[in-house]
Amino acid sequence: MKSLDIKKKIDIEEILNDLENYHPRRKGWTWRENVDGGYKVEKFHFKEMTKPLKNSVPLPAAKYFNNIDPQPQPVITTEIASGRFEDDIRRMRMAAWHGADHIMVIRTTGQSHIDGLLEGSPEGVGGVPITRKQIRASRKACDLIEDEVGRKINFHSYVSGVAGPEVAVLFAEEGINGAHQDPQYNVLYRNVNMYRSFTDAASAKKVMADAGIFQIDGAHNANATAKEGWSVMPELLVQHGINCAFSAAVGMPKSQIGLSTVPPCAPPAPKIWYDLPYAVALRDIFSEFKFRAQQNTRYIESDIEEATRTHVIDTMISSLTSADIQSTITPDEGRNVPWHYNNIRGIETAKQTLVALDGFKQLVKIDRDGPLGEMVRDIKERAICFLEEMVESGGYFAAVEKGFFVDSAKYPARNGDGIARDGKGGVGAGTIIERDADYMAPVCSVFGHIHLPAGLKKPCDPIDGCTLCKPEKIAYIDEIDQTDNCNLRLAKTVEYRKGKMIKPEAEWAGDGTVLIQLFVPEELEVARVAAQEIAKKMGLLDPEVINAQVMHPSEGTFVEVKGKVDFAIDRTTLKIPPKEVLLSEEEIREGIKKIGLKVVAGTVGEDEHSVGLREILDIKHGGIEKYGVKYHYLGTSVPISKMVDAAIETGADAILISTIISHNDVHRKNMRKLDELCREKGIRDKVMVMCGGTQVTREIAQECGMDDGFGRGTKGIQVVNSMVKLLKAKKRI
Amino acid sequence: MSEDRIKKFEARRQQLEKMSDEQLKNRFWELCDQIVEPMVDYGKKYTSQSIERSVLLRMGIDSVTSQGVVSRINEAGLLGKGAGHVVLKVSQKHKVDLRAAAKRINEDKTALEGLF
Repeated sequence: MKSLDIKKKIDIEEILNDLENYHPRRKGWTWRENVDGGYKVEKFHFKEMTKPLKNSVPLPAAKYFNNIDPQPQPVITTEIASGRFEDDIRRMRMAAWHGADHIMVIRTTGQSHIDGLLEGSPEGVGGVPITRKQIRASRKACDLIEDEVGRKINFHSYVSGVAGPEVAVLFAEEGINGAHQDPQYNVLYRNVNMYRSFTDAASAKKVMADAGIFQIDGAHNANATAKEGWSVMPELLVQHGINCAFSAAVGMPKSQIGLSTVPPCAPPAPKIWYDLPYAVALRDIFSEFKFRAQQNTRYIESDIEEATRTHVIDTMISSLTSADIQSTITPDEGRNVPWHYNNIRGIETAKQTLVALDGFKQLVKIDRDGPLGEMVRDIKERAICFLEEMVESGGYFAAVEKGFFVDSAKYPARNGDGIARDGKGGVGAGTIIERDADYMAPVCSVFGHIHLPAGLKKPCDPIDGCTLCKPEKIAYIDEIDQTDNCNLRLAKTVEYRKGKMIKPEAEWAGDGTVLIQLFVPEELEVARVAAQEIAKKMGLLDPEVINAQVMHPSEGTFVEVKGKVDFAIDRTTLKIPPKEVLLSEEEIREGIKKIGLKVVAGTVGEDEHSVGLREILDIKHGGIEKYGVKYHYLGTSVPISKMVDAAIETGADAILISTIISHNDVHRKNMRKLDELCREKGIRDKVMVMCGGTQVTREIAQECGMDDGFGRGTKGIQVVNSMVKLLKAKKRI
Repeated sequence: MSEDRIKKFEARRQQLEKMSDEQLKNRFWELCDQIVEPMVDYGKKYTSQSIERSVLLRMGIDSVTSQGVVSRINEAGLLGKGAGHVVLKVSQKHKVDLRAAAKRINEDKTALEGLF
């Protein structure tokens, strides 16, 4: 398949083409590559940044730092699962450009209770039905995307539920790089029978271990489920410990085992007094294992900014302690299934925080002598007592029956709201079967007593190779349901993906979803209804208030409303302003030299902003002076009349004004006034007038009588380019 | 919380207070290793329909066929032999490839007779 073209959308149909013959080009997990001696770029020497990307979108402020895009040490995760994998692939590409190299796909609702594999590409709810076709297409897309950005992408999903062993084999065959696997998760949250869950898990883990699939556990679900997440910290250590010890005992290398850990508390509680001792205790006890630090979801409300602020603190805790993988939560998780750009926001929160805190531990140290040391010790001791009580009660299975787990009280206290499971009950109860003395399985990566014939080099010799050794033997099923598959869905969206029609989207091609933000000067309940009515009148279909925040009980409310538009725009009818082609520097210099171009410049009105204009003028910032322009700078808050008088006095060829303040449209008024005054004084034909400012565009400026206008981010060369072109047009040079 | 549990917790904690951080860590892992032993044993001694289907997948048999094959083997009381083992036997007995053997098990009720 051809590599991706940055200027073109990824071609989903092309990915699906010949999918039956695709096999992954590698297996196993990939960490980021460190730079020996630290990463040096521009004026900075980063201590912990990794090899930069070939193609990426840097943070917004990067333009002030020559567009550097340092990449932190932890692998960065984003969870993408909208229910349609074909749309998720496009989001994966965007995410990779922003710095994600671990893409996690959540399964469709209910898949964990399906006793067997799903096939084809049916649409999912709250996730994607994990099938061979869907993961194969996604992995194939990840191959192309990783080549485009220049860094390996780890693709990840879940090995749990009652089909765990089959899913593990599917993942091993298809080159899935990471997976959640934790039998306790099945038992506690999915009510899978405990004996079945552990029996299956041993087999699944063996397959994962051999395929190099990085494992993440499910312990963090306890603090997402318990009423007081921060109270269950001793139990969290126990759950991590059980999955780690069990995984290691079935042969998984410790370097392949990751703890899924979440700072359990959130503001307005004094978060750091809970989260830091917990983080330190975990890293002490589990020092031989890897850490996947997740951001908190338990306390996310519908306010995106609140979620982001908590996530910054979570990520700071990762920097202060350690994280091998920094997972991100989309900040809109509290209000809808994550949207495209909110995945990017989550990734940027992690990247921005980790970059800012580069080498944090060289500057600050954790003080164990004070209260922190005592709190760390307390968590560990309670966890050990928990384990001792489990042993005394008859072991793990007996403890689960007695409701030891996910009780919201701080151990040893009990609120009696723990999750108890019956060993004889649950999904798949009574379905495990004892292996006979002559049990045999002629394939690789089987756990337990296999009884293979003597003298074999490999377990799969009797069948001349299994699919793990000979991928061409894999049986590929394309589609089963002819009424629910990606081909039908793709046919409906082709005009938005490949045609000339443009429609906004949040999750799926052509979904038409938009978000409006408004301040309604009414109390909460009135504001909610009013906002919905306003959205209706704006023409939005299915308007729904997804966030409302009181600014004051009676003064007003900030409201966000989502809705859909039912129209699309024809790209061919759009008038896109042509991109300015700059003259060469030589041509510019020559033109300026011919007439000895002189300008007067200043910030007009009651406006003290000077930085932007100085950068346009000064030689040291690559301003117009560099090209031979002589300038006379009048300073800030200069009256328009003074600008015109100075132009007449000095015989200037141009007047350059800066106007940053745009309150009450004062920027437009200033431009018009300049034009009028030049006309009154009879110099408008001789003098070029141009304006710059954050709210200025070429269109606005020309509408207000200027020859040209410049917005945010303008460089000196663009201004001289415009002046020289104008002089040429007027045949003055 | 019962009085008895509080007392036991306090007694246990007293023992732990004397330990260094390193000793605490070792104690934690000693208990975890002890707790998971029975679960690992289950993994070694038992199998399930999902485990057996995962074996058939590795033998190149598709997921839909595997469902039927493992059900039939289970109904015939032969799952303890291993589904892969059974399919291999059928393939050897009838001199057909593994996929054909799986198909035969799904279609022919006598296919599983007299194998062991």
